[in-house]
Parts: sequence; structure tokens; C-alpha cells
Amino acid sequence: MQQSVSLVAKPRGSSGAMGDKFFEWLCRGAGLLVLGLLGAIILTLFIGGLPAFQEFGAQFLWSTAWQPVEGRENYGALVPMLGTIVTSILAILIAVPAAFGIAFYLTELAPQWLRQPVGTAIELLAAVPSIIFGMWGLFVLVPIIQNYIQIPFGETLGALPLIGGIFDSNNFAGTSVFAASMVLAVMILPFIAATMRDVFLQVPPVYKESAYGLGATRWEVMRGVVIPYTRISVVGGVMLGLGRALGETMAVTFVIGNANRMFTSVFDPSTTIASVVAMEFPESLMGSLKQSSLLALGFLLFVISFIVLATSRYLLRSRLK
Amino acid sequence: MSITFDIATAPAKNMAAARALGRRRRLVDKAVQYACVAATLIGLLFLASILFTLFLRGFGALDWTVLTKEFEPTTYGDDTAPRGGLAHAIIGTLIQTAIATSIGTPIGLLVGTYLAEYARGSKLGEAVRFVSDVLLSAPSILIGLFIYQLVVLPMGGFSGFAGTLALAVIVIPVVVRTTEDMLQLIPNTLREAVVALGAPKWKMVILVCWRAALSGIVTGVLLAFARIAGETAPLLLTSFGNNVTSTDLTTAMASLPVAIYQQANSGFPDLINIAWAGALLITLGVLAVNIIARLLLRTRK
Repeated sequence: MQQSVSLVAKPRGSSGAMGDKFFEWLCRGAGLLVLGLLGAIILTLFIGGLPAFQEFGAQFLWSTAWQPVEGRENYGALVPMLGTIVTSILAILIAVPAAFGIAFYLTELAPQWLRQPVGTAIELLAAVPSIIFGMWGLFVLVPIIQNYIQIPFGETLGALPLIGGIFDSNNFAGTSVFAASMVLAVMILPFIAATMRDVFLQVPPVYKESAYGLGATRWEVMRGVVIPYTRISVVGGVMLGLGRALGETMAVTFVIGNANRMFTSVFDPSTTIASVVAMEFPESLMGSLKQSSLLALGFLLFVISFIVLATSRYLLRSRLK
Repeated sequence: MSITFDIATAPAKNMAAARALGRRRRLVDKAVQYACVAATLIGLLFLASILFTLFLRGFGALDWTVLTKEFEPTTYGDDTAPRGGLAHAIIGTLIQTAIATSIGTPIGLLVGTYLAEYARGSKLGEAVRFVSDVLLSAPSILIGLFIYQLVVLPMGGFSGFAGTLALAVIVIPVVVRTTEDMLQLIPNTLREAVVALGAPKWKMVILVCWRAALSGIVTGVLLAFARIAGETAPLLLTSFGNNVTSTDLTTAMASLPVAIYQQANSGFPDLINIAWAGALLITLGVLAVNIIARLLLRTRK
């Protein structure tokens, strides 16, 4: 008996152990590969941008220059960085209230039969490639913004003291910071709305029912029970949308005008890090100072979006479980 | 709380105030509800506007020539010139996305398996999960820059191979996410049953866990495929685009999104129409794959 057990079990056990070791290390190796991938991306962008950092020093961060003429080359990161941050924040300001409304409607107000189809439609909107948003923005949204927003706002609000300059612009192409923010807002709206809806659905029904039982209205339940319960995850969802907006390339490139100069009005054309890289990198000379400056910009974008995405993930960690 | 207290101590005195308060509360509630309905309608309006524009201009321009011909310069001002199409771009996109999916899927599958089966609660697993989630939302153009430095620069030129690698990097985190989620849905009793029969763990994972989670994993692969089919930015820096059909991975290769981008910005009405046809094709493709993926998941439940 004993003998037969050892005879049968021993070879089988050892081959299984070998296979187990091999398979476990295969999986772990793939995990380490992903870990290495992120490190390699950061390192590659940094090394590629090093000549620009060395040439311009810290001044690179707040210089508005973008001078590709040979011999007098001078590059600065301020305009694309500001463009990236301003368009993303404006987009968030436009999208978050709308996303909140959609999530509130889908979780509390809509009739049961309507929730699934509307929710699916919003999720499908999130799957549409960004280039489609760019084309739609350029051919549909830009003319509307130019005729019905830029001109009336410029004529009325442009006369205001101090803040008038924000709305006053002599840009007549229509492609502007505001157009980019609008397209970005439409793009990230489904992401934020879907996240908020999922988060709102996680509130235990008992909590809401107790509040309703006390006579609270739907809005009071939302404000007094649902939002306090989900606050942190909601902020996490907003940060996720912000992360997407910061790195979005195609939708922005179509509608922002790609002018690497300082903008004073939201209706002026400008550029973002992602779109300046997309526009100028393929055409710049291999190994040139310009390419290095663009890589340095890429490195800065990576740092910014890494911080935003890491924060978002930290805030959403309870939801991810 | 304070309201009930007030009413209890002095009911007659506060009836009017309570009614006014109730009216105000109901009014605020109604106002917020209408605002939320309006927000949803506006969201759906944008969706409708995008789809309407896309279908109107896309179907208007879509014909057999667009599907079967390669790029031709504009026919603007010369009606006898041959009209071009997007065949080169469709072929390029199919080749690059197919190869990228087949490179990225095994890696993503193994990483997802590692996270779900081997690294529960471990520090390394936590780090891998974090990095994978960051990569999932990282700006895709930076992945293009990364592959440019890594592949295009040493090889001395844009290539379909570089584009494929960039897309594969995007596939990995998508597959990791769904694989891990699906494997975690499998009840532990199933795993225990397999191990109790004396099977080694790797057999348990491959023969039982993967098979049980198959539809979920396929969904993840489909979603990854749909995601990279519409990616433009990384391809601009890696496979760059090409005006003729090329199946050679060592030279610049066309792709549908890049062709759409270039033709939409050309300024010629006939090329812009072709871009709309391409935009319609890619959107229909992506939405179809997404809907199939959803149906796959639903049959599972």
C-alpha cells in the first residue's frame, strides 16, 4: 500500500510541482513586465527630454517661447501646459454638473424601464473613438460656438472691466480654448456619469429608505444621504475624468487651433501638450532639440496625469473592491 | 429633527411656517428634478447630434469606391480624376489591430491570472494592479512617444511594427482588468474541488478557471480590440500612415483613424466626405464589437 502510494504520487507530484513553479513564474513575469513597462515609459520620456532640460534649465517650465528657427531655437513649456490645464479644468466644470444630473436621474428619478437603455446609451457614447468627437467638434460645434456663443459673449461681457478680456477675442477661425473645453466636456461626460451612477447604486437602500421614511424629498435624500456616503468616490470619478481630459489628443487637436502663443481669452486659439506633440513631433528632425523639447513636454504630461490618476485610484479604491 | 420638536411643543403657532417650509422643500425638490432631467436630455442630445451628423454625412459618402480604392489626391476642380478610397487604411487597421491584440492578450491574460490567483493580498500584486490601472487611463500619445524612442528611432523610420507594439501596450491593461474581475467571480469551492482531485494548480487555472471565465475574458479582448481600432494619436508617431496599401510591417503603414485625421484636415470637400465615410465605418465597427461584448456578458449572467 505504502509503496504503491509513493510510486504513483511521487512522479506525479513532482511534475505538478514543476508545472506549478513554471506557471507561477510565467504569470509573475508578466506582472513584472507591466511594472517595468511603466518604469520604461517614464525613463524613456525623461532621457529623451534631457537635452531640452539641460539646454533651457528650469526656465523651460515658465518660458512661453516656441522658436523653431535653426540657430535661434528656443522652446518653453508654459503655453502647452497652461492650455492643457485650462481646457481640462473648464471641461470638468462643464461636465460635472451635467454628469451629476444624469447619475441622479438614472438612479433615483427615471422610471425603471428607462434606466437600462439610457444607461447603455451613455456607456456606448464612452466607447466612441475620440477622433469622431474631434470631427464632430470641428464641423458641428465650432460653427455653433463661433456664431452663438463667441460673438454674443464678446459683445456683451467683453465690455466688463477686469474680466472682460476673458471673453473678448479677435479670433475668427472659431477654433479656440472654449471649443476644446466643450468637446472635452462632451467626451468625459459619459465616463463621469457612469462612474457616479455606479457609486450611487452602492448606497445601501436601507439608508435611503430611512430618510424617505422621515419624510425627506428625493433631493434631500441625495444631499443628506447619498452624497455624504459616496463623496470620496465621486471625487475619484471626477479625477478619472480629469485624467482623461489632460491626455486627450485627437478631439482637442481638431478644435483648439494649435497656436503656440499665450492666450488671454477663452475664445483665443491655443494648444495643449498632447496636441502640440501630435502636430509637431512626426515632422520634426530625428534627435533634434525640438524633438527633445516635445519629449520633455511628454514627460511633464506624464507626471501630471500620473498624479491625477493615482489620486483618482486612491479615492476609488473602496469601489474597486 | 428641530421641525418635529417645534411642532410637538407649539403646533398651532407653527402650522403656517411648516406649510411654507414644506412648500419650499417640495419646490427645491421639483427644481432639482427638472434640472436633472434637463441634464440627461442634453447628454442624449449630444449623443444624438454626434450619431446624426455621422450617419448623415457618413452614409452620404459611403460607397463601393471608398471601400475598394486606395488614396487618390482630391478631385476638386477636376471631375474626371479618379476618386480615391480607404481600402489601404482598412487593411492597415485590420493588420495592426489583429497583431496587437494577439500580442497583448496573452500578456494581459497572464497578468490578470497572476493578480487573481497568485497575488491576492501581496505587495507586488498591489503594485502591479496599480500600475496596470494607471496604464489603462494613461494618455495614449505618450505610449506613442515611448515606442517612437524605443523602436522608430533605432530602426530609422516609421513602421507598422512600431504601431503594432504601441497598440499592444494599450491592449494589456484592458485585458488585465477584465481577466482579473472575471476570475474573481469564480467561487472558491470550484478551485477547492479541483485541487482536492489532486490536480496541480496550473491545471486548475488553465482547465477550470480560464474555462469558467471564458466569456468574460473574450469580452475583455473584444473591448480591447474596439479600443485600439479607434486609436489615432499613438499611430501618428509610430506607423505614421501611408497612401498605398502596405502589408510590410517594416515600413510606414496606413490606418483608418490616421487616414480620417489627415483627410478631414485636408480642406478639400471630397476628401472630407471620404473622412466621414471612414468615421462612420470605424464607429459602426467599434459600437458593434461593444454590443457583442455586452451580449456575451449578459448570456453569462
